[in-house]
This record gives sequence, C-alpha cells and structure tokens, in this order.
Amino acid sequence: MRRARHLPVTVLAAAIALASHAQAQTEITVATVNNNDMVIMQSLTDAFEKAHPDITLDWVVLEENVLRQRMTTDIATGGGQFDVMTIGAYEAPIWAEREWLEPLDDLPDEYAVDDLLTSVRDGLSLEGTPYALPFYAESSMMYYRKDLFEEAGIEMSEQPTWNEVRDWAEQLHGAQEGVAGICLRGKPGWGENMAFVTTLVNTYGGRWFDEQWNPELTSEPWMEAIEFYVDLLGNYGPPGASSNGFNENLALFARGNCAMWVDATSAAGTLYDGSESSVADSLGFAPAPVAKTPKGSHWLWTWALAIPASSEHKDAAKQFITWATSQEYIELVGETQGWTNVPPGTRESTYANEQYTQAAPFADFVLSAIQNADPTDSTLEPNPYTGVQIVNIPEFQAIGTQVGQSIAAALTGDTTVEQALTSAQRATERTMQRAGYND
Amino acid sequence: MTRTRASGRTVGGLRTLSLQAPAVTLLLLWMVVPLGMTIWFSFQYYNLLMPGMSGFAGAENYEYLLTDPALWKAMGNTLLLVGWVLAITVGGGILLAVLFQQEFAGRGIARVLAISPFFVMPTVSALVWKNMMMHPSNGVLAWLANTLGLPAMDWFSTLPLTSIVIIVAWQWLPFALLILLTAMQSLDEDQVEAARMDGAGPIAIFFFITLPHLKRAISVVIMIEMIFLLTIFAEIFVTTSGGPGLATTNLAYLIYMRALLDFDVGIASAGGVMAIILANIVAIFLVRMVARNLEE
Amino acid sequence: MTTRHINAAPPALRSQQARQLLLTLVGWAVALTIFFPILWMVLTGFKTETAAIADPSFIFSPTLESYQAVNARSGYARFALNSVAVAFGSTFLALLIAIPCAYAMAFLPTRRTKGTLLWMLSTKMLPPVGVLVPIYLIFRDVGLLDTRTGLILIYTLMNLPIVVWMLYTFFKDMPRDILEAGRMDGASTFQEVFYLLLPLTMPGIASTGLLSVILSWNEAFWSLNLTTSKAAPLTAYIASFSSPEGLFWAKLSAASTMAIAPILVLGWMTQKQMVRGLTFGAVK
Repeated sequence: MRRARHLPVTVLAAAIALASHAQAQTEITVATVNNNDMVIMQSLTDAFEKAHPDITLDWVVLEENVLRQRMTTDIATGGGQFDVMTIGAYEAPIWAEREWLEPLDDLPDEYAVDDLLTSVRDGLSLEGTPYALPFYAESSMMYYRKDLFEEAGIEMSEQPTWNEVRDWAEQLHGAQEGVAGICLRGKPGWGENMAFVTTLVNTYGGRWFDEQWNPELTSEPWMEAIEFYVDLLGNYGPPGASSNGFNENLALFARGNCAMWVDATSAAGTLYDGSESSVADSLGFAPAPVAKTPKGSHWLWTWALAIPASSEHKDAAKQFITWATSQEYIELVGETQGWTNVPPGTRESTYANEQYTQAAPFADFVLSAIQNADPTDSTLEPNPYTGVQIVNIPEFQAIGTQVGQSIAAALTGDTTVEQALTSAQRATERTMQRAGYND
Repeated sequence: MTRTRASGRTVGGLRTLSLQAPAVTLLLLWMVVPLGMTIWFSFQYYNLLMPGMSGFAGAENYEYLLTDPALWKAMGNTLLLVGWVLAITVGGGILLAVLFQQEFAGRGIARVLAISPFFVMPTVSALVWKNMMMHPSNGVLAWLANTLGLPAMDWFSTLPLTSIVIIVAWQWLPFALLILLTAMQSLDEDQVEAARMDGAGPIAIFFFITLPHLKRAISVVIMIEMIFLLTIFAEIFVTTSGGPGLATTNLAYLIYMRALLDFDVGIASAGGVMAIILANIVAIFLVRMVARNLEE
Repeated sequence: MTTRHINAAPPALRSQQARQLLLTLVGWAVALTIFFPILWMVLTGFKTETAAIADPSFIFSPTLESYQAVNARSGYARFALNSVAVAFGSTFLALLIAIPCAYAMAFLPTRRTKGTLLWMLSTKMLPPVGVLVPIYLIFRDVGLLDTRTGLILIYTLMNLPIVVWMLYTFFKDMPRDILEAGRMDGASTFQEVFYLLLPLTMPGIASTGLLSVILSWNEAFWSLNLTTSKAAPLTAYIASFSSPEGLFWAKLSAASTMAIAPILVLGWMTQKQMVRGLTFGAVK
C-alpha cells in the first residue's frame, strides 16, 4: 500500500523532468484529424525534428467533429492553445475573413507555390492570399466491381450517366447474395449525405441559393434529383442505407456488398489494399456520373494546415507547415511508407512522378477530377457562394445537417420527397433570415 | 455535553450550516458564475463565427428556438427516451439486483461483468452497437436472426428511437444495478428471516420487504438517470444523427444543431436556459414522488 | 463426480443444490448477455480490420496487429495517467466535501435540507454545451486550460451533487441508534463520522466513489474541450481512434479495451467492498 502510494509521485517527477528538458526548444502544438494521411504525418515526427533540431512537435489527434468544435472554440476566443491547425476547405475562407489565420504570402521559393494545384490553392485563399497550405485533397468518383459487370455483360462508359447507373443498379441488385446494386451515403449530416446529394443536385442543374441568397430547395432540379436518389438508393441500396456514411459504405464495399459506390477518391487506397479489402482484384473506377450538366457533378475537399493568429510560435509553425505540405515530404512518405500512401491531390509534381502513377492506377482519375472541380463555378445557374458540395457560409453546417435529416426521412419512406423538401426549404429560410441574409 | 433533543435543534442548525458550507458555496459559485453568464449571453447577439455581431437581442434568441417547428417533436422524443430507459433500467435493475444478491459460484466476477457496460464511453458503445450488433448485414443480431431463419432487422431505419433506447438502456442498467445492489446490503436480514418463519414466500418477501426497502434507492436512480438521460447526445450523434427526419432528434440534439453547429452562443445559451427550465419542470413532478420517500 | 455427490445427498440438500446450480446458470447467463457487446469489442480488438467487418465469427486467428498500430501512434501511458489523476483526484475531493454535507443533511436536517438537496441536483441540469464558452473564457484567463487541476475542479463540481445525494441516501439508511449510542459515549462529531459512520456505510461510499470515478473517467465533453495535450485523458485517446476516414473498428476496439481495462479491475475490487454488507463490529 505504501509503495503504491509513492509510485504516482515518482512517475510524476519523471514526467516533470522530461517536460523541463524539452523546454529548451520551441514546442509547437499541432492539432490534426485522425485520418490515415495525418497519422502518417505524425509518425514522421522524428524526421522533422531531426531536420529542425530547435523545434519539437506536440500532437493533438482527434476525430473530425470533435476537432472542429475544439479548434473553433479556441480560435474564436483567442485561446492560443494551438500553433498549427488542420482545417478543411470549408473553414479556411471563413476563418481567413475574420483574421483568425496568419496570411501565408511570403513563402520561400523552394516551397514552389506554383506546383500546387490551382483549384485546391484557390479554395484556401482569400483575395489571392493563401491562408492555409493543402495537405491532401480529394474529389468524388465511382467505384464498381468489374467481376459483376463482366458477368452481367455490362460495359462501363467513359463518362457514365445517372440513368445508366440506375439501369445497372437494377440489373446487378442481388446478383450475388448480399450484393446491393449501389451504395450511397444516407446518414444525415452536412459532411455526410449532403456532400453527395449536393453533387447530384448540381448535375441535375440545381443550386442551394439564388444570387439573392434565397434557398431553392423546392425547385424543379432538387425535386427531380431527390426523387431519383430516393428511388435509386431505396430500391437498389443496401439495407439500412439511411444510417450509412462514408465509413459504413467503405466497409460494405470492401466486403463485396456493393456493385457500385460513388464516394470520395480517398477510399481508393483502402480498396486497392488487399489486406483491407476483399474486392481489391476486381476493383474498377469511373468518373462520378452526370445527369443534365457535368458542372459540380463531383466534389472537392481539401484538408489543409494553417497557423492561427493567436499562436505564439508562428515562425516554428510556418517551418512545420511548409515542411509537411512540401514536395520533399511527399517523397519522404513515398519512400518510407509506400507510394500509395502519399497524400494525394495537392501538387502537380506528385502526378508527374512515375513511381506514384505506377503504384496508384487511379491517380489520373483523381487528378482530373480535382482539376475539373471548380468551387467558384459549380452550378448550372450562377450562385453567390463558393464550394461544390458545400456553401462557404457559417450557417451551412446547421442548414446542411437539417436538410440532410429531411432527405433521410424521405429515403426511409417516412415522408414523401415533396414533404421533405418543403420542410427543408422552410427550415433553411428560417436560418437564413435569422442570419440576416434576407428578410 | 447536554445535547438533548430540545437544544439539539439549534446546535444542529449551526452545525448543519458549517458542515454544508463547502459544498453549498462551491455549487453556488458553479451555479452563479456560468449560469449568470449563460443567462446574460442568452439575451445577446453573440456568434463565435461573427465577431462583429453584438448587442442586446431581447427575447429574440428564445423566440427563435420556441418557434422552431421541430421543438415539440424533439420534446416528445426526449420524454419518450427518458421514460422508456427509466422503465427498463429500474425494472431490470431491481430484478438483476435480486439475482446478484443470491450466493452463487463466481458471483463477484458475474457482477462486474454485468456492471461493465457502464465503463464504456458512450461514443464507443454507440459505435459497437451500430456497427457490430445492430448492423443489418454484418451485425451479430442480423446473424442471429438469419441463423434462426428470420429476416434481418434494419434497426436504425425501421425502429430508430427504439434502437437508441436499447443502447442507452444497456448503458444505464448497470448503474441501476450498482445502486440497488448496494442498497440491498442494508436490508435487515433478521426481518427477512422473521417473515420467512411466518411463512412468507419469496415473492411476498420481495413485494413487502425488499421493494419498500429499496424505495429510496430507486428514487435516487430515477433522479440521477433522469439528469443524464435528458441530455443524451453522443449515442444519437454517432448512430442516426437525429434522423431519419426528426425520429431521433431530442432536445440536446436540436440545440446542438441549431446552436453549436454554427457556434451561435446566444442561441446555445437560450437553449441551455430552456433546458434547465424544462428539466426543472420534469423534476418537480418526480420530486413530488421522490420527496415523500426522502421525508421518512 | 458432482452427479454422484448430488445423488448421494439427502433429498432436501439435493434440491438445494439443484437450486444453486440453476441460480449459477441464470446468474452467469444474464451477466454474459449483458457483457456480450463488450466481449465482442474485446475480440474485435484482436482481429484484423477486414475480419472486423466480416460476418460475425468467434473463430478467427487472433492478431496483435491493431494493438501494435494503436501503440505505435500515441502514448497510452500518458493519457491513462491523466485519467487516473483526474478521476481519482476529483472523486477524492468530491467525497471530502460531500461527506460532511451529507452527514449534516441526514442526521441534522433542517427545514431547508430538502430544498438544498434538490437545488444541488438542479445544478447538474445545466447543459454543458450551453456553458462551454463562458467556462472556456474563464479558464483561459486564469490559465487553467489544459491542466489537470482545471479538469479536477470541473469534475468535482460536476459530480458533487450526485455524490452528496447518494451519500445522503446511504446515510439515511443507517440505524440511528448506533450513532446515538456513540454520541452518548461522548464521541465528537469527527469521531462519530470517522469511527462509526464511515465504516458502517462503506458499501455505500465504495459504490458512490466507484460511480464518481466512472463518470469522470468517461466524461467526454469537458475533457475534450478543455484539454489540449498535457492534461488530455483517455477520452481524448479514444477520440483519436474513433471515426477516421477508413476502416477503424478493430483499432478502436483495441484502444477501448485498453481504456476500460483499468476501470474494470477497479470495479472488481470495489464490488467486494460494495457487497461486504454491514459489519457492526465494535458497536455490537
């Protein structure tokens, strides 16, 4: 009993000793998401610290939603707890506008800013000044099982249309036991079902808001797109589709439960990895399907590193983010972790690298999808916002989640599509009024 | 020395005051400072993402929440959730407490196993239930149904609220068990023995001796669970995100959607104040019932 | 062996034994059913990510892959140490403050006791999301962000009403004549509490303490929002494995198993205290 009581004290003393040893250097706190690419970044801490002996890294790795809430609270109250934040394409322009982020206009030449993909870089800039550096970017595309397509004698088109997809889904639904014709996101949320649904609405010619910020959720394109979505996923989707998000669908597809799946390009790595996926050998991919217009048919999402204005170690932080988003870093990952694990979608040089394009046969698809996604011009008719699958206003998280719930209700058949969209429209109008966009 | 009953009252009053002082003072501070700030913010325009926006909002934040068409549905869901989980955990907890009160081989281990769901973080247990238990194609329940020749159940689409109730009840059943089991320790064995001598069966003993004895513990379980159940959030967030439609949106989730997703502190505060008021209204009903037990 | 033993026993004893056997079976069946999801989680921690999403099966070749992946990433020990410090620190502090308070309420009640008690509970009803910003601002200004002290303080406040309530109920169940007797013998309040009340209500205090430890251990709002890295407890550890893009169920299961293991052991130890029952010992 006695000994036991002293143990924590000893451990504590040891911990304090260690901490004070580290104090001789600049310690920067890096907040990041727990996605695979960031986990690799964390595992390369030693490489960074060796190259920058005066800086040590302290990691805060959290799941996306927790991290977002944590960082927003801190940056908005000037808490100064973080020196580097991992933010999305959604936050970057909003936070930059509020002067919460350090502008990054004086980047060193060797960083090669021009090597960054234009659409990605623009999404992280405000009036031409970058406020965050892209760590990895993704678009959306279609995955399908070649074996099932061959068996049924279906030829995948160069650019599939949604009507074709519907026919194939009908044909392949139940082709083998437990195989659904198509898997799509159904779990409500601005970053879950609405990311997909928005691209579908875009390609049907719809938009979230007209140029005066009036919501258009009951417009013809929305009706048509949601009718189509409910019919497609409801009839040829997996059981429980309304609670499937990205991860659930990834698991289903990796198990071989889906004939087709339209989702993030970042799933390709996992699906190609034979140790994680049982369909690695028969995996096929195609561009995201289109309907009336190719505009906005696939999304663009970027995870980026930024320095909060409240940071006390801005120089060290800048050294870190320019390292972690550099060409040198990408090569380091390729050589130590394998080329399929390279953070994709940020630099042209990555796609010029043969080692990468050979290891990742999907590379070209991803590159052209990202290059073709234009957040500033994503809908058939002009809109006042930036973003393909997002609307870059602070209210969008709440609006998106609420509309997502209504659409999920239509999917399970609790309400009709018309009812769902009418109530979504009303809720959105309320939120926009409250925020002062229109009266 | 001369602590007679008569003088004991005044002495008692003084002693009560000094003994309670630390707890009461601390909680008073905890109550006044953040609650005061919350009430203040609830009358302000204050959005973390809108640094320029400020000023007195009057009752606008409250009005916005109160006119929300989802409010009544969310309140109904909250009450259903609380009611069902309470019924299941208290009922089940009593039965389990009686069971685990009996001597049997390995009772200690079995007891710890039965209370262990309480040790698991809510997000984790929600993920385990969603992806490993209730998943319509690779969940254990679906597998069980298939083995028995039944169709697999699509839990979160067909019975969304029931699924949440099951998960939450599984988490809180151990709490009821823990408290009721402990309370049983002070049951007077002599009294039970006497009743048995008088020819009372186990059922009669349960209804006339055990249950009345557990009355106070049951009210503790109800009160404490209620406080936590009124604000259930993680389980809904992880599994259904409040959907489909509003089927699993409770007040906590509604406030989260309206207030926290766009960091509107004014509305979040108004929601907080309303939640306190509502909780107190519910509490008053329960307290009527519970207070009588406390009086004894 | 057992069967012969039962056969040899007189009829009354035999039915006694049959009852015992049935009780053991039912007890274990119920316990295992309740425990099953956790058992499944523990098993999943020893599977590969592919096996974790495959059809349910008890038969698989166990691997430490997930544990290795989890341990390669973040220092479990640091998070666990913070959890222990915060959970026990706050429980100790809450008990210290609550015992005198509950004693006074149970044995020296005044007209206001019931009101005070209910008021205390109502402070629990303050939803954390509503007060996050005020608390964050206060913590920032007094330098409590990312400190164990800050978390201990919050948890003490958070659990105090519940601890007082539970202790109060357990105290009220105590036979009062024992305390009266002690008082007659000239025991001071301190002696009364320390030598009579506490030993007598040990089961109640043990389960109250356990409850407070569990609640602090699993609290995932304040711990995630008020800590960064130095004071981050196991809830933050779990949050770094939950729901990333990709397959994560095996790794999350491994991490969760490690997070609940210490408290499971504690639960097992505490339950002996909890069910020890009344020992009147010296008084009788």
